[in-house]
This record gives sequence, structure tokens and C-alpha cells, in this order.
Amino acid sequence: MDNYFELFGLPEQYSLDQTALTNTFRDLQKSVHPDQFVSQGEQAQRLAVQQSAQINDAFQTLKVPLKRAQYMLQLAGIDLQAEQHTLRDSAFLMQQMEWREHLEALKQAEDLDGLEQFSDTIAAAQKQLNDKIAQALDAGQHHQDAPTWANEVRKLSFMNKLMVEIAQAEDALDY
Amino acid sequence: MALLQIAEPGQSTAPHQTKRAVGIDLGTTHSLVASVRSGQAETLVDANGQAILPSVVSYQTDEILTGYPAVAQSEIDPVNTIVSVKRFMGRSLADVQARGQKFPYQFCETENGLVAFDTPQGKINAIETSSHLLTTLRQRAEHSLGGDIDGAVITVPAYFDDAQRQATKDAAQLAGLKVLRLINEPTAAAVAYGLDSGDEGVIVVYDLGGGTFDVSVLRLQKGIFEVLATGGDSALGGDDFDQLLVDDFITQAGLNSGQLSQADLRHLANAARRVKEQLSDLASVAVSLKLSTGEYQLEVSRQHFEQLIEPLVRKTLRASKRALKDASISPDEILQVVMVGGSTRVPKVRADVAALFGKAPLTSIDPDKVVALGAALQADVLVGNKNADDMLLLDVIPLSLGLETMGGLVEKVIPRNSTIPIAKAQEFTTFKDGQTAMMIHVLQGERELVDDCRSLARFTLRDIPPLAAGAAHIRVTFQVDADGLLSVSAMEKSTGVSAAIDVKPSYGLSEDEITQMIKSSITHAKEDMTARMLAEQRVEAERVLEALDVAIAADGDKLLSCDERDGLLAGMAELKQVAQGQDDKAIELAIERVNKLSEVFAARRMDVSIRSALAGHKVDEV
Repeated sequence: MDNYFELFGLPEQYSLDQTALTNTFRDLQKSVHPDQFVSQGEQAQRLAVQQSAQINDAFQTLKVPLKRAQYMLQLAGIDLQAEQHTLRDSAFLMQQMEWREHLEALKQAEDLDGLEQFSDTIAAAQKQLNDKIAQALDAGQHHQDAPTWANEVRKLSFMNKLMVEIAQAEDALDY
Repeated sequence: MALLQIAEPGQSTAPHQTKRAVGIDLGTTHSLVASVRSGQAETLVDANGQAILPSVVSYQTDEILTGYPAVAQSEIDPVNTIVSVKRFMGRSLADVQARGQKFPYQFCETENGLVAFDTPQGKINAIETSSHLLTTLRQRAEHSLGGDIDGAVITVPAYFDDAQRQATKDAAQLAGLKVLRLINEPTAAAVAYGLDSGDEGVIVVYDLGGGTFDVSVLRLQKGIFEVLATGGDSALGGDDFDQLLVDDFITQAGLNSGQLSQADLRHLANAARRVKEQLSDLASVAVSLKLSTGEYQLEVSRQHFEQLIEPLVRKTLRASKRALKDASISPDEILQVVMVGGSTRVPKVRADVAALFGKAPLTSIDPDKVVALGAALQADVLVGNKNADDMLLLDVIPLSLGLETMGGLVEKVIPRNSTIPIAKAQEFTTFKDGQTAMMIHVLQGERELVDDCRSLARFTLRDIPPLAAGAAHIRVTFQVDADGLLSVSAMEKSTGVSAAIDVKPSYGLSEDEITQMIKSSITHAKEDMTARMLAEQRVEAERVLEALDVAIAADGDKLLSCDERDGLLAGMAELKQVAQGQDDKAIELAIERVNKLSEVFAARRMDVSIRSALAGHKVDEV
């Protein structure tokens, strides 16, 4: 059972039932976690550790939206995580540079309120893009035109990184 | 031989016999052992009725003292009486010196730089000192429970790194304990509270012990304790409160520490601990000090003490906030805040924690005992006394694991707060034609520079097939098991050749060194090493055969072909026979053969159990 969606008995879709995912995760861990095999010898431990680790990885991949999107594209033949490929979308690149400059300026000014506002702005953009990706992947468009949707997912990945940096900047000022 | 125990309805898998399992809290200032008896977890006491074993070991010419008798030596013979040894676990002599704290011991180091003490009993390292404490607890448990211990769960601070965990496991092995699992102290405490109340929801555990601080955020649902995030500081605890008081005493008495003897310093430390404890109930405490420089009468108010410890308490609150953030939990979602560790008796700590989380913390279970009690409950499940379906702990790795890349930078491979067990593969390539070896440096920590992270180990990959530069693709798999311990394997992808790995732990002992220590250890001086090895192999053989008997009875018809079944049965018959002999190596080989024969069967059963879990059935209904 190598396909994570199959492993969790879920349809291969971007929109998924988080409750079902979590419940299945718990049931699966109850059946393969190494704690269940402590008294059954070393080989049993080794096998259980491997199985349990795979279920943990699958769960994280399916749970986190960005990772889920990357995984679906991987199934469609584009490995986004290992790639060195850079984005070729000049409008987005311009936008990206503006955002970065804005973040630097806020950091310099130690503007906590500004950072919070900026965080809201990016979150909104993130949500919009996420919805767009959700619709496309659910409709299976990434099978027809993988490169386009890989590009959109790269943008989402960039926004996630930016959000992390904003949070770090906020923390640095907060304490 | 990985098999699930599947019982016929209304029938147990094996003749029911309660096994002796213990939970051990190996603490900085004191240690405890607990066990479940008639369904209740309770701490086990020594001949004097004491549950607490002070974590103090004194090395005298003719004997090794542990606990209270060792405490009595701490002022008389501070040089050879090791207090708070946990602070030295998995640490090098250089680490200890870099911290700049003064200790009365005669430090030396092991061959690979681990900190050790020069004593009348010879050179003793921290792992050995810890094993002496564990041996005392093992003997206490054997006495209380009336026989050999089948297994132990040992607790470690959640924030312990790989080297500190490995050191703890090695110490247990050295003390003759079979380690069922290392579990994190805050998780153990959550188990004790969670099973007690039966409520479901988010639990925050604030654990401030003698030498370590941990905070964990867990979600408890349907018997599963899922750690969402953890944080802390493995070198911050009540001992640091004491040290601040000691410094304050010295200032108040108009002394400087250079004038004082080792015995004076130990006397001051003991006085500081008493003052701190009394200030939990009193507004002000008078203290009289008898030092080599004279006698001093001092007065310390609670308010003054609180000012002294303020920066340290604030540090713990910051880590708590960070853990909540990492768990994506807001304070109003928290069901309970649980206090663990003796240092949570300090009123300021309780008040500040209550203010941070907006609710009064729970202290209904003795904060000194709660960790050992939780560990005992988990030991009872792991050893097989209790149905494992009732409780499962899913813990996380506290610190990120990464690799050194060009320019002294660290690339993260496994991020902190990932649920364990976890495995991640990373690909490497050669940069020279015909290159057959490669060096990999593994680090633990959150910072970007190698120098700011903790070096765990350096691996040399050898036997890489000689290919053109960039043609060899080596896939290195990092795996963290349920104890939080790292292992590494490697394979060249195009040829499928597995590369050999030489591990050089940065702050640990090699397998050989451990074996050597066991051989020469005082604990086992009277035991025959060969007899021990033979006994261990026989137990493993029995375990393998018993599990297989049950598995074949349940699934042999469905999942094995006639040939496979006959082959397996023949291997088992052979193992049964060899296990009656005296050759431990032969038994080991026979176990390996049976494991090989049953590998496919085990994998099929695992698949069946996964499918049945998916179908929403319990395993024993299949």
C-alpha cells in the first residue's frame, strides 16, 4: 500500500474529511505502533517501527494542505520537493519581491501592528490561492496540465515560507 | 517474526501470568520506582519506608553508597559524592567546563571525551553513576515484587537530545534492566492524570524538576495520548534556583567564592535547598551558616527569592508560549494544566503558570511521584499485563535533526515536533570520479549554523561503487524509533548495494564499550557473563516461538501456503531444540533463521491488520 490515500482508505482528492483522516490515523497506529509489539522480539519491533513511521509520514502529508498538494502532483509525475526548479512567472516574482521588501521594512521599523496586518494580507492571498488549487486538483486538472498547477503550488509554498518568517519577526519583537 | 497477537473471542493468547514491570523516574535530584499492583500504580519503598531515592552516589574506597547514605557523605566527602549526575548524561568534559559552573569533583574524561569522575573506585562515567542508582531501584523492586523484573519503562526529559537518551538507555542496560521503552516525563505525567480523570481534551504539562524543564501539549482522546508539541530546556531547574541562593548567601555574608572550601560550597547548596523549600510556606526564613571562614546568620524573604528567580521563571513561560504556538492551541482550548516536578511547589511558579494559561494548575497527584506512576502504568501495558488497545502514547521528537552542508550550515531532515517513529530519506551524490566513501555529519538543534547545534554523530559511508562524479546516488535513511533514538542506513540506488556505515557518536559510547562496561561492572561481577547471554537468548527464543504458535493457529491456514507452513514449522522445531542446548550463539542463529522464514507471514499479517483497522473492525474480530 504505497499510495497514501489508499493507505488511509480515502479518495485521491485535495478536499478531504479531516475527521475521517484523524480517526483512521489513530486506528492504524493502534494496530501497528511498536508499543503493541514490545514482547514479540526484535524483528517485530523493526517491522512495526517501519510501518508506524510510514503511517506518521502519510498522515502529515495528507493533513497539511501544501504537502497534500505537493503529494498529488508527485503522483501526477512532478516531484516538487526535490526540485531545484525556480518559478517563471514574472508577475508573481515582482509581487514576491515587493512582499519581501515590505517585510524587511517592517522588521527594521519594529512595527508589530504592521506585521500583524501584513500577516492578515498574506493569509488572505494564501486562502484565495488555496481555494483555486483545491478546485483544480479536485477536478483532476493537474493530470491534464501538471506544469501549470505545479507552478501554483510553488507559489503556495512561497507564501507559507513568508508566513513563517512573519511569525518569526513577530516573535522576535514580542519578547 | 513480527506478529500480532490475535485471540479467539473469550480466550487469552497465552496462559495468563502477571509480569513484573516497573516505571522508573531517574530524576536529577531524586529517583523513584513504581509498579502497578492490583490495578493501581504505586511507588515502591525501601526498607525504611522511603519512596524517594536521592540521586546521589558516593564512591568510597570499599563501597559505593546510593541515596540517603550517600547524601550523608555529600558534605564530608564532596569530591567523591556525585550529586545531580543527570546533568552530565551525554555530555563531554568540554561541555561541562564551557558552562562555567563550579563542581567539587575530580573531572576526567573517557576515551571519546565523555565526562567522568576520578574516585577511589576508579574512573567512573556518568552512565555508570546513573546505573548505580538504577541498580538500587531494581533491587528494591525485586524485593517488593518478589522476583526478577521482566521490564522497565524509564522516563527522560522530553527535551533530552539523542545522546542523553542513549546514555540513559545504556545506564539501564548496565544496571541489568530490560528497557521496554524510554518515555518522556511530561507524557508519563499526563498518563497518570489522564487515566485518573478520564476526561478528554488538551492537556498542558509544565514540568520543572531539579535540573530540567519541559513543557508538553497533548491531546487525549479515546485512550490515545498524542503529543502535539514539546519544548523546554535540558539545563534549567530547581538546582539553578539553589545556585542563585548560594550566590546570594555569599554576597550577603561579604565573602567571595574563592575563599570557600568544597565542603563549604556543598554546605551552602544544602542550606539553599532547605531555605527554598521553607519559603514555599513562610514569608521569610532565617539561616545560619557554619563555614570554614566563620559562622553567619542571614535572613531571606520570599519576595527577595522571587526576585532572584524571576528571569528563570520567565524563561519557562516563554518556552510554554512557544509550545502552545507550535501546537496551534489557544489558551482557552486547554482542558487541564498539570504541574510536575518538585520545583512547581514554589508559589511564584504556580502563580505565574496559572496567570499564563488562565486557569489554576492541577497538583492533586504528588508532583514528585506522578512521573514514576505514569511510567508504571505504561510499563504494565507494554509488558502485556493490560490490553494495549486501551492506551497508546504518540510522542514527538523535541529537536530537529539535520545534516551538515557546504559552508557549515545545517539542513533540516526531520523537523522538531514530528510524531515518532519517523523515517526520512535523503539522497546524496559523489562529487569526484571513482569516489567510494563519503562523510555525513548529523546534528540536532534549531539553529542554522553547525557550531550552534549539537553534534550527534559522524557517519562514514564506505563501499560506494566507483562511478563517475554525480552518477552514484546514495539514499540515506534516518530513522527515529519510539524511544526517540536515531539510526541510519544507506544504499546506492543504481546498483542496490548497501553502503557500510561506521558510526562515531559524538557524545556516546560504542556498542563494544558498553559490552566491556557490562563485563567489568561491579553490578555483574558475581554473575557469569555467558550464563546471562544464554538466558537472554533463551527468553528471546521463547518469545519468538510463543508468538508464532499463536499466529499460526490464528492465520496459518489463511496466509501461508503448505510449503511455507511446513518450512516455518521445521525452523521452529529446530529452534526449540537448539534453545535447550548451552550455546547462545547457536540459539541466536536459529532465531535469525526462523525470523527469515516468518518474515513474509509477518508482513502479510501486518497488512491484514491495517486493512481491518481501515474497515473499522477491531483486530480480534478479523
